[in-house]
Amino acid sequence: MERIPILKMGEFLLVTIQVDMHDRLALTLQDDLTQQIVKWHARGVLIDISALEMVDSFIGRMLSNIANMARLLDARTVVVGMQPSVAITLVELGLPMKGIPTALDVEKGMQTLRTYLGSNGYGKDPDGSADD
Amino acid sequence: MEALTTETHEIRTSQDVVSVRQSVRKRAVELGFNLVDQTKIVTASSELARNTLDYGGGGFATVETVRNGTRNGLRITFKDEGPGIPDIAQALKDGFTTGSGMGLGLGGAKRLSNEFEIESQPGRGTRVAILRWKGL
Amino acid sequence: MPKIGKLLYETLRKDEQGLLKEWIALQAKASGRRMSAAEERQLEAQSTEFLATLRQATQEDGDDISKPEWSAVRDFLTQLSTSRARAGSTPVETAMFIFSLKEPLFTRMRVNSDGQELADEIWKATILLDRLGLFTTEAFQKTREEVIARQQQELLELSTPVVRLWDNVLALPLIGTLDSARTQVVMQNLLEAIVETRSDIAVIDITGVPTVDTLVAQHLLKTVAAARLMGADCIISGIRPQIAQTIIHLGVNLEDVTTKATLADAFAVALKRTGYAVTKVKNSNRNAA
Repeated sequence: MERIPILKMGEFLLVTIQVDMHDRLALTLQDDLTQQIVKWHARGVLIDISALEMVDSFIGRMLSNIANMARLLDARTVVVGMQPSVAITLVELGLPMKGIPTALDVEKGMQTLRTYLGSNGYGKDPDGSADD
Repeated sequence: MEALTTETHEIRTSQDVVSVRQSVRKRAVELGFNLVDQTKIVTASSELARNTLDYGGGGFATVETVRNGTRNGLRITFKDEGPGIPDIAQALKDGFTTGSGMGLGLGGAKRLSNEFEIESQPGRGTRVAILRWKGL
Repeated sequence: MPKIGKLLYETLRKDEQGLLKEWIALQAKASGRRMSAAEERQLEAQSTEFLATLRQATQEDGDDISKPEWSAVRDFLTQLSTSRARAGSTPVETAMFIFSLKEPLFTRMRVNSDGQELADEIWKATILLDRLGLFTTEAFQKTREEVIARQQQELLELSTPVVRLWDNVLALPLIGTLDSARTQVVMQNLLEAIVETRSDIAVIDITGVPTVDTLVAQHLLKTVAAARLMGADCIISGIRPQIAQTIIHLGVNLEDVTTKATLADAFAVALKRTGYAVTKVKNSNRNAA
């Protein structure tokens, strides 16, 4: 069965989405990811969507779900590598992707996660809201 | 307006949604759409194909390249024999929800297209057509 | 077979060559200048093709040019108008292609018939040719509109430059109104710049935007949202007192966006956020490089 590979990078997990997502693949990914977060005590998840030429509300929901599940497991998610035409389309579509921080690429995504984690949980959330 | 090419796809599984996207992308590239316009029509098609699958109980998508005078366009029509939409105005307004109801599908597809048509009645199924003209 | 309506077709069929020659000569004269050999050849080819398709279409007696029998004629005329529009002809010159056919055609129709039938036929033929002439004008207009629209697009792209103010900081000075077409170009230019320069902050300066209404505000917010999806935060600067009032009265929600009155203030914030500080060097020599 197809699976989307999950790479461990220190205390972060990196997921690179390169194929056209369909339902079963999305569910499998969510399963795998939650398991891996727990297994490795991951504190951060980077989802690289630089290969995606389209993001619709289904994928948006999947990303939201992943971010929410990860949050429950005390890990923060950053979505990286959105293509400009996808960003412009998403904005027109009206998909706010609120609460999911985004970064230009994996490197900046890791900086974002480290900024958050480096202050040991006190300080700014990657998405800009202050942490309580 | 005349149709130059036409393809019909059945929508029964989520893999079919992917096929519709790929077909729309192919036609958009052939017509010479710029990248942003390609992405918009492909995304709108994906939304509507999903709706057909998830709320319409499955159906068909017809992808047509059309011409009106000197301009070319891409039109996709989605048909299903599902339960129909009781309140179209409301469905178009609905948005930003996380999966209940049509969510962004209809309103989003409309915003991403140059032309948008919908016919639906409870018990009579739904027909939605979107069209994007090739930009300059 | 009814004779009415057939006179046009018969005339076209009987004396196509003679008609063609006379018509081409008239067009050349009307253009008022000497044509190059290539232009002459092109005119001959166009006129020949038109007469052939016209003859085909008039085989069926009918003057409704929107019918399928006329599609070859319409396509030809659309193509002709389009290429002439692009080449810089005037609408009149293009319509004259059709109208100049009347004289030689009617002369020949007179030869082939007479009396009442002739009057009716000429009347019908003139109406038909008028319609075709108008059709070319419409097609011409459309092409001109497309050319203008494309030029506007190019102008738009030139007028929305993105400037690299500093490491990781971009500036986007907007001048003029922000409509939806311009917003698309702005977003594209800005996002491409963010990718190229890997900037974290974009300062959008609206000093040069004359009015900010709900639509303009929406376009601004869309641009900010798009930049954020690419990992860059935006600061909107150049908010004049008038604009500040309008924004509040309109109820536009700018809570998530940092705003500053001047570009200078915005730049200072941007530097701070990206970890830079500007310090004044004591005893600096103003004239030193």
